[in-house]
Amino acid sequence: MAKVLMKGNEAVGAAAIKAGCKYFFGYPITPSSEIPEYMSKALPEAGGVFLQAESEVAAINMVYGAGGAGARCMTASSSPGISLKQEGITYAAGAEVPCVIVNMMRGGPGLGSIQPGQADYYQSTRGGGNGDYRTLCYAPASIQEIVDYVILAFDKADYYRNPVLIAADGMIGQMMEAVEFKESAHTDLPPKDWATVGTGGKRKPNIINSVYLEAETLQAHNKNLENKFKMMEEKEVLYEAFGLEDAEVVLVAYGTTSRIVKTAIKQAEKKGIKVGMVRPITIWPFPYDVFKTIGSSAKGVLAVEMSQGQIMDDVKIAVEGRQPVYFNGTQGGMVPTPASILADIEKIAGGTK
Amino acid sequence: MEEKVIMAGFGGQGIMAIGKLLAYAGMLEEKQVTWMPSYGPEMRGGTANCAVVVSDDSVGSPLISKDGTAAIAMNLPSMIKFEKELVPGGKLIVNKSLIDVKPTRSDLDVYYVSANELALELGNGKVANMVMLGAYIELTKVVEVESILKAFLKVFGENKTDLIPLNKEALAKGAEAVKKLQEV
Repeated sequence: MAKVLMKGNEAVGAAAIKAGCKYFFGYPITPSSEIPEYMSKALPEAGGVFLQAESEVAAINMVYGAGGAGARCMTASSSPGISLKQEGITYAAGAEVPCVIVNMMRGGPGLGSIQPGQADYYQSTRGGGNGDYRTLCYAPASIQEIVDYVILAFDKADYYRNPVLIAADGMIGQMMEAVEFKESAHTDLPPKDWATVGTGGKRKPNIINSVYLEAETLQAHNKNLENKFKMMEEKEVLYEAFGLEDAEVVLVAYGTTSRIVKTAIKQAEKKGIKVGMVRPITIWPFPYDVFKTIGSSAKGVLAVEMSQGQIMDDVKIAVEGRQPVYFNGTQGGMVPTPASILADIEKIAGGTK
Repeated sequence: MEEKVIMAGFGGQGIMAIGKLLAYAGMLEEKQVTWMPSYGPEMRGGTANCAVVVSDDSVGSPLISKDGTAAIAMNLPSMIKFEKELVPGGKLIVNKSLIDVKPTRSDLDVYYVSANELALELGNGKVANMVMLGAYIELTKVVEVESILKAFLKVFGENKTDLIPLNKEALAKGAEAVKKLQEV
């Protein structure tokens, strides 16, 4: 298929439909409103159902129902809306209901702003709901990656029977870029013999639930979930990395911020500074191991995020004290500039930071 | 080649539209492109702007901050706001019809185009944006005019072929205007 120019939010919808998503439940919020707008038109045309719920809480519970019936389904929102969905997400994780949840992050806390942000890192990677659960979380950095990882997210959700998050920022939602919808090799997925689709009088009813009143039974259920999360940690880590062996400074960033960092890296290289980079594509599971390949010439690791430094917890775990770690961040919808990142790179390389 | 252009004006001047046309045209020519609108709370008649990057290599930051190679200013607030975002020697195309002052910077390559008057000469004031786009493409040669016209049908719909001649003329008017300026 030829390339088309698409807005990030529209690409979310188009990719979901391509992945076989048949149900979308949502409630509009800037900067992700074009997702329900797109779905309201395109999903019925593709034989699916678009439903604007009365609230975010209702939308995620509709997702729980549709996912429990075995259908590919999705909801999307932005930060405060995603907060409202947390109860539904932990229920889906507990009851092993596959679904895809898209967060076009904006400034917070509270209602915050409508400008881009990345301060939902903790919420996305540590889980905003109660209990022991994890959610695979992709952080696309381009519209093409939105398409690729939204499609992948549906497969992974079905494979693991777990909610999968897409954590992008408002800028990616609003931006337009060229995208291509490639024919992807379909993963072999197990049949959804657990779905609540009616027994036809031939079998016992399937039950979708997260209640286990016996402590021992719940622990056994938790162990099963834990094994799944461990498998994700082993198999699902995705990242882009370059120049780590001989870098003077190593940058860490994901999403839109990673592109601004790349612009700063080009400028630093013109000044003769060797800069490497780790760009997590999954922010959970985090690409800890690749940090071990950072060479002895590195004077520091600098992370950039539109937050107070939430990613630093994972960067510190990954670096294990081998290099000093630094942070450059913006908040409230402000976006880091290449100039401020370059200034930090120069300070670290020059030993003045 | 990497062109980073800011297009700015007030809501309704067709700023987002010419940005999309440029991005689409770049894509049709197999270049890497990004189109980034300003979004945020804005009152009716307030400012609208978008940043378009057209590059031979993959695009880093889709935002333009102090590194713009060109700006199209359709009204005064836009010129005041965005002349600051250009590199020294950057091209600033000023809509002379609505802007009667000069930019404060002296290190820019400034072109004054009476976009509204030229559009009215074609009988349709709405194509002032296309006049400005024509001027910009003439100055930078970032894409072919033909690609813009191909992109036109993609952006506005295949049933808009009847509008192609007018828009083609508007692009030519803008190109002609800056050619004259360059001869002086």
